[in-house]
Amino acid sequence: MSTIVLLLITGLGLGALYFLVASGLSLIYGLMGVLNFAHGSFLTIGAFIGWEVARRLSDGSWWALAAAMLTGAVVGALVAAATEFFLIRRLYNRHIEQVLVTVGLALASVALFEGIWGTDPTYVTSPSWLGQTTEILGARIPNNRFMLIVVAVLVLVAIVLFLKFTRYGLIIRAGVENRLMVTALGIDVRRAFTLVFAIGGAAAGLGGVLASIYYGYVSAHIGGSLLIFAFIVTVIGGLGSLAGAAIASVLVAVLQQFANFYLGGTGDLAVVLALAAVLLLRPRGLLGAKV
Amino acid sequence: MRSMWARPVTKIAASAALVLLMLLLPLLNISIPGVFPGPTYTPGTLQLLAYAMLIAALALSYHLLFGLAGMLSFGHALFFAAGAYGLGIVLRNFSPSWLPAGATFVAAILITVLIGFVLAALVGSVSLRVTGISFAMVTLAFAQAGSVVVRRNPGGQTGGEEGLTLDVSHVPDDLVGVLNTRNLYWLSLAVLVIVYLVVLWVEKSRAGHVVAATRENELRVRVIGIRPYLVRLLIFAIAGALAALAGAAFLLLQSGVSPRVATPDFTLTLLVIVVLGGVGLRWGAVLGAIVYTLLDQRLTALAGSEFIAGLPDLLRIPLSQPLFILGTLFILVVLFLPGGLAGLTKRSGRPHRPSRRGRERMLEAEEI
Repeated sequence: MSTIVLLLITGLGLGALYFLVASGLSLIYGLMGVLNFAHGSFLTIGAFIGWEVARRLSDGSWWALAAAMLTGAVVGALVAAATEFFLIRRLYNRHIEQVLVTVGLALASVALFEGIWGTDPTYVTSPSWLGQTTEILGARIPNNRFMLIVVAVLVLVAIVLFLKFTRYGLIIRAGVENRLMVTALGIDVRRAFTLVFAIGGAAAGLGGVLASIYYGYVSAHIGGSLLIFAFIVTVIGGLGSLAGAAIASVLVAVLQQFANFYLGGTGDLAVVLALAAVLLLRPRGLLGAKV
Repeated sequence: MRSMWARPVTKIAASAALVLLMLLLPLLNISIPGVFPGPTYTPGTLQLLAYAMLIAALALSYHLLFGLAGMLSFGHALFFAAGAYGLGIVLRNFSPSWLPAGATFVAAILITVLIGFVLAALVGSVSLRVTGISFAMVTLAFAQAGSVVVRRNPGGQTGGEEGLTLDVSHVPDDLVGVLNTRNLYWLSLAVLVIVYLVVLWVEKSRAGHVVAATRENELRVRVIGIRPYLVRLLIFAIAGALAALAGAAFLLLQSGVSPRVATPDFTLTLLVIVVLGGVGLRWGAVLGAIVYTLLDQRLTALAGSEFIAGLPDLLRIPLSQPLFILGTLFILVVLFLPGGLAGLTKRSGRPHRPSRRGRERMLEAEEI
C-alpha cells in the first residue's frame, strides 16, 4: 500500500513537471500549428538563470527560491516571446520551416548553454524542507513533490482562468478553434501568437526551476530530456487541448513510475508503448479535436 | 522534370567522372589546407572522407522520407543505430560452421539490412497512422525508446554507455586496422553509390511517383483509388534498410559504435544536413552531408586552437561550440535560403526555380 501511495504521488510530481512543459507546447500547437523544439531550451534557460539568481541572493532560503521561480518564469517568457517575434513570425504559416527553425535554435542554444555553464551538471541547493520527506499512509514522500503538484495546479488554474475570463483568452480560444474566422473578424491574431509563446515560455521557465529541484541539478540537457516526454504527453492528450495535456501528464508520469518500479525500470518503454496504443485506438489523442 | 534530365548522357558522364575521382583519391596526393586534415592518401583524411560519405548515404535515405515523401521523421537515427549495433551483435553471435568466413560476413550484413527493413516496417506501421506533426512526434518517441534500450545494455549486447566494439573474428582482414583505412574508404564509397542508386530507382519507380504525389496532394491520390498508407510504409521501410546499411558500414569504419548515434539529437543533425543541402534534391543531401561533416570537423579543430582560447569570453564561448555555429547557420539557411546549398548553385543557371520549388514542397508537406 505504502509503495503504491509513494509511486502515485511521485508520479503526480513528475506529471506536474511534464504538464508545465506540455501546456505551453499544446497551446502553441493548438493556436499556431507550430511544433516547438526550442521549448526545452526555454526550460533550461529558466533553470540556469533562476539558479544564478538564487545563488546570488542567499543559498537555500524560501524567498531565494521564490525569486528564482519568478525569474525563471520571466526569463522563459521573454526568451519565448523573442523567439516568436524574431524567428517564427517571419515564417508565418510555413509550418515545417517553423519546426526547422526551432530545431536549429534548440541545437544552437544547448551548445551555447554548454559553453557558458559547462557540460557537467550544476548542483543546486534548495530549502531544507524540500529535501525531507513526509509520511502519508506509511509512505515517505519527498516534500518537493508536493510543491511541484501545487505549482502545476496553480499554473493550470491560472491558464484556465486567463483563457476563460480575459479578452485575450477569448481570442486564443477562438483562434485554436478556427484561426481563419478570428482573422476574418478583424482581430490581429499575431499578438495572441506572441502572448501564447510568452505564456508557454513562462510555464517552461518555471518548470525549469522546479525541474532543477526535482533532479537536484541543472544541466544543458535538462530541457531536452523533458521535452520528449512532453511531446508524448501532448500527442496522448490530444494536440491543442490543455485539459488533455493535464490528464495525459499525470497518466504518463504515473505509468512511468509504476513500470519503473514493478517492471524492472522499463518506464520509458512503457510510455512509448502507451503512445503506440493510443495512436492505434484513438489517433487524435484523448481530448484532441477531430482531425 | 523534363529539363532536369534534358541531357542524361552528360549527367551520367559527370557522375561517373566524380565517382572515378573519388575512387582514385586514396592514390593521389592532394592537400587542401583548412578543409582536409592532411594529404588525401593519409588515413586521417580518408577516415574523415569515408565518415562524410556514410553520413551522406544516411542523409540520402532520409531524403527518401523527407524530400520525396514529405514525411518529417524524427526517428531515423533509430535505423542507423539498428544497422551499427545490429551488425555488431550479429557478427558476435552468428557463426554457422557450414559457412566460409567471407560468406558469414556478407550474410551478417544482409541480415543487418533485413533487420533495418523489418524494424522500420514495424515502427512505420504504427507511426504512419498519423501524419504531419503527430508523425514527427511519434517517430521521435520511438527513437527515444531505441536510445533507452541501447543505453540499458539488454543482455550485455549493446555495451551500454560505453558502446559496442567490433568483433573482428569474422571480418575480412582487409577491412581491419588503420593501415586498411583505404579499403574502408572504398567500402564507404560503394555504400554511398549503392544507396544513391537505390534512392534514384525508388524515386523513378511507381511507388516513388505515388508517394511524391501523396506529398503534393493526398486527397487526390485517395480519389484515384490508391491507399497512401502502404506505399508510405514501403518507402519508410526502404529508407530504414538503407540507413541500416550505412550504419553497418559505420560500425566497420569506426570499429565500434557509441550510443550517441541512437539519440534523437542525431536525427536532428540529419535533418539539418538535408535542409542545409537542399530539400528534395538528391545531390543536396550528399552535398549537405559532406559540407556539414567537414565543417563540424574543422570547427571542432578551430575550437581547440589557441586563437580561440585567446579571445574574450563573449566571442570565445560561442565560437568554441561547433554545434552553436552550425545551428545558427542552419537557422539562417532556413530563413534566407530555402533551397539550401544546392539551390544556391542552381540559381545561376535557372533563376529561383529550385528555391521556390523547395519552398512549395515544404508548404505542401505540412498540409498532408
